[in-house]
Amino acid sequence: MLDLLRQPWPWYVAGPLIGLTVPALLLIGNKALGISSSLRHVCAACVPAGIPFLTYNWRAELWNLFFVLGIGIGGFVGYQLMGHADTIAISPETVRDLKAQMGLTDFSGLLPKELFALENLSNWKGWVFLVLGGFLVGFGTRYAGGCTSGHAISGLSNLQWVSLVAVIAFFVGGLLMTWVFYPLMF
Amino acid sequence: MKNLKYLVLGVLFGIILTKSEVVSWWRIQEMFRFQSFHLYGIIGSAIVVGLISIQLIKRNRLKTMNGEEITLADKKYTHGTWIGGTIFGLGWALTGACPGPMFAQLGSGVAGAAVLILAALAGTWTYSALRERLPM
Repeated sequence: MLDLLRQPWPWYVAGPLIGLTVPALLLIGNKALGISSSLRHVCAACVPAGIPFLTYNWRAELWNLFFVLGIGIGGFVGYQLMGHADTIAISPETVRDLKAQMGLTDFSGLLPKELFALENLSNWKGWVFLVLGGFLVGFGTRYAGGCTSGHAISGLSNLQWVSLVAVIAFFVGGLLMTWVFYPLMF
Repeated sequence: MKNLKYLVLGVLFGIILTKSEVVSWWRIQEMFRFQSFHLYGIIGSAIVVGLISIQLIKRNRLKTMNGEEITLADKKYTHGTWIGGTIFGLGWALTGACPGPMFAQLGSGVAGAAVLILAALAGTWTYSALRERLPM
């Protein structure tokens, strides 16, 4: 059993558990699953700067910040305490393509150190992958009114057609980056 | 402490994201390159389970554990749905992380995730400041 917990969890275990988070949040407090809102609440709490969109009672949404803090703790427990593989077993085709197209050589860790290590902030890679990437996520999710949790999981579970438009757009953006912009960058 | 239950649920959610490797850039690349079923299976089965759960809650008119009414707000369409959605998609493929995984990555010990979160906060703040001038 312990060994099973330590292994990477298959999709048919993780997916349904993620899905159950939707009713769990509704049943414990009538809350809709959505994580990107936490970024707005932090902005409203720390740098509202008189901006109307950031002037609201963020304290009423404190539950969302507790949930996100929990996710951080969960990352520590799931990775450091429960153990992990040094290299994630992705498909050989992906390894081949990333080597050939992006020149990656180190496949250890949750994400490529050759792109995301802090030292990369001294060259364009760090600025594009860490700074621009993070910025686009924060800007885009709020403009779209949700992220993978709020639109894809929560929204589609509640049959919201708006969320379907959003999820299609998420994929259009992701495919554009992977298939058009990556080849231009490397 | 009424928010403690959300903290606990967040910890469980973070463990699931981490153990299923949803928080990994490698897994997101696999998905966008159509070279693995893993993330499609996770997102798809999560939606199916969420959908069935919401139907059960609605049909049985279930209440929260404190006896409150459960209300599900409709999402409103704006041009931001597709413009912002595409912008997020570009960032998702770059960072390999949506907002939830960024926090889990930071907890797992990835230092770069702190930069990602700060940059995401800057993005959200910039959107908030420009909001009135963007197509809606």
